Amino acid sequence: MTKAMGRVYTLLIFLFLYAPILVLIVFSFNDTETASRTVFSGFSLKWYQKLFEDRLILEALRNTLLIAVAAAAASTVLGTMAAIGISSMKRLPKRVMMNITNFPMVNPEIVTGVSMMLLFVFTVGLFGGRSLGMASIIAAHITFCLPYVILSVLPKLRQMDPALYEAAQDLGCPPVKAFFKVVLPEIMPGVVTGMIMAFTLSIDDFVISYFTSGTTQTLPIYIYSMTRKRVSPEINALSTVLFVVVMALLIIVNTRNAKANRQIKEMEEDG
Amino acid sequence: MKTNSKLLSAPYTVWMTVFIVLPMVLVAWFAFTDKSGAFTLDNILSVGQYSNVFLRSIWLGAVATAVSLVMGYPLAYIISRLPAKRQSVMVMLVMLPMWMNFLLRTYAWMTLLEDNGLINAALAALGLPKVHMINTAGAVVLGMVYNYIPYMILPLYSVLTKIDPSVIEAAQDLGADDKKVFLKVVVPMSMPGVISGVTMVFVPAVSTFIISKMLGGGGNLLIGDLIDMQFLGSAYNPNLGSAISLVLMVIILICMGIMNQFDDGEEVNAGGGMLL
Repeated sequence: MTKAMGRVYTLLIFLFLYAPILVLIVFSFNDTETASRTVFSGFSLKWYQKLFEDRLILEALRNTLLIAVAAAAASTVLGTMAAIGISSMKRLPKRVMMNITNFPMVNPEIVTGVSMMLLFVFTVGLFGGRSLGMASIIAAHITFCLPYVILSVLPKLRQMDPALYEAAQDLGCPPVKAFFKVVLPEIMPGVVTGMIMAFTLSIDDFVISYFTSGTTQTLPIYIYSMTRKRVSPEINALSTVLFVVVMALLIIVNTRNAKANRQIKEMEEDG
Repeated sequence: MKTNSKLLSAPYTVWMTVFIVLPMVLVAWFAFTDKSGAFTLDNILSVGQYSNVFLRSIWLGAVATAVSLVMGYPLAYIISRLPAKRQSVMVMLVMLPMWMNFLLRTYAWMTLLEDNGLINAALAALGLPKVHMINTAGAVVLGMVYNYIPYMILPLYSVLTKIDPSVIEAAQDLGADDKKVFLKVVVPMSMPGVISGVTMVFVPAVSTFIISKMLGGGGNLLIGDLIDMQFLGSAYNPNLGSAISLVLMVIILICMGIMNQFDDGEEVNAGGGMLL
């Protein structure tokens, strides 16, 4: 394959990936009463105004963020603890634990979703009370986030020299303090990666929330109902806002990473 | 850190038992009981009535996987040959659309494919006849490819970029031409990536239910829609829904088992560390 052909091919694939998003963004600025999706009749910000006045959307957004924070925090703590436990296990129990950890990642999302719905509706429901709502969504989100946290912490534990922790203890450091002063700083990058993944997966999740939410609205569930019921450029405006926020976050995180990498390199070169 | 640290995973073990193992037991339980809770095989047997839906899901999922592989492989290869700095930019560009909710991505295609959509408007402007695209099986495949192709490209890229250039040079030194190098060296060495890409596209494609609803109309019912209908839809019947879920899981496990047969045990970690 020649270089030029490669370039054209790359361009075509990126066109395929980005053209729909671009169309979505362009039509979010469309000034039209009939909410036409194909005729661009003039520039307007009115759909953005409508978006920020829509109480249901704002409530869904609040729920989504609340769920994501709770799920990310809980799955990071539980997952980091679990990873430390798993890494000190013998071969067989380790394999059993890893299989359970991998299971939700290979199992079809819809099956995970309905299985948890069965748990909440038919088991929790037996004891009375509201079975589906914020609590069930958060529990479900913690569950599907946990494997990602564990899988990002485990490699860091494997890289760590176990002698470090033993040395701290030999020098009289109590185990808990040794963990926070020695182990945690070593595995921190894995923990942070796991937490960010958990947070973004939770914000983005639709399928599992759909089956475990009852009447509670999250942003993806609200988007789903928007695509079903009515056609409104509000949804385009929402997509645009989300896309810009994600882009900004990615750029910030990446430049920070690049800077950190450069600093590490410089330090290595100096010493 | 031996005995104490093992206890640290106890809360996780309890959590996964309650929220993963127990729900799976419930799925099996519901699949083999009727509404009164008595044991029955009716649910499993009546899944057979929906064999056309299963076949359609597997067929469309397989087509989408094949299209993703054919489209994604060249791109992964091109990216892996770029200078390191541009590689990371390209990988980020491949992943960026994934950060947008898949409902919105699919919705975007709705507006493009409609009978009065943008593509037909463009065709009309060129004086060409309209093409009916929305609510067809082709639109569903397109939606699947669009949503899942990054899952194909990323694992492919991560194996292709690890191929030692001296292996390729060695093949060239021994007289292999470009085509031979590609077919005899690059492709075999990238097989673990192909396998993990195929799995990562096929599993969500087979079990999707929103894409078919949004792009396929009513005529392209998939397994996912069938399950959805039994739990939250008009045909409310969790027992049958559980039976269908169970069959879907078995199908996926069999497919993954077959794929693993081709895997030579080399681990391809496509998810970990590839957040950005």
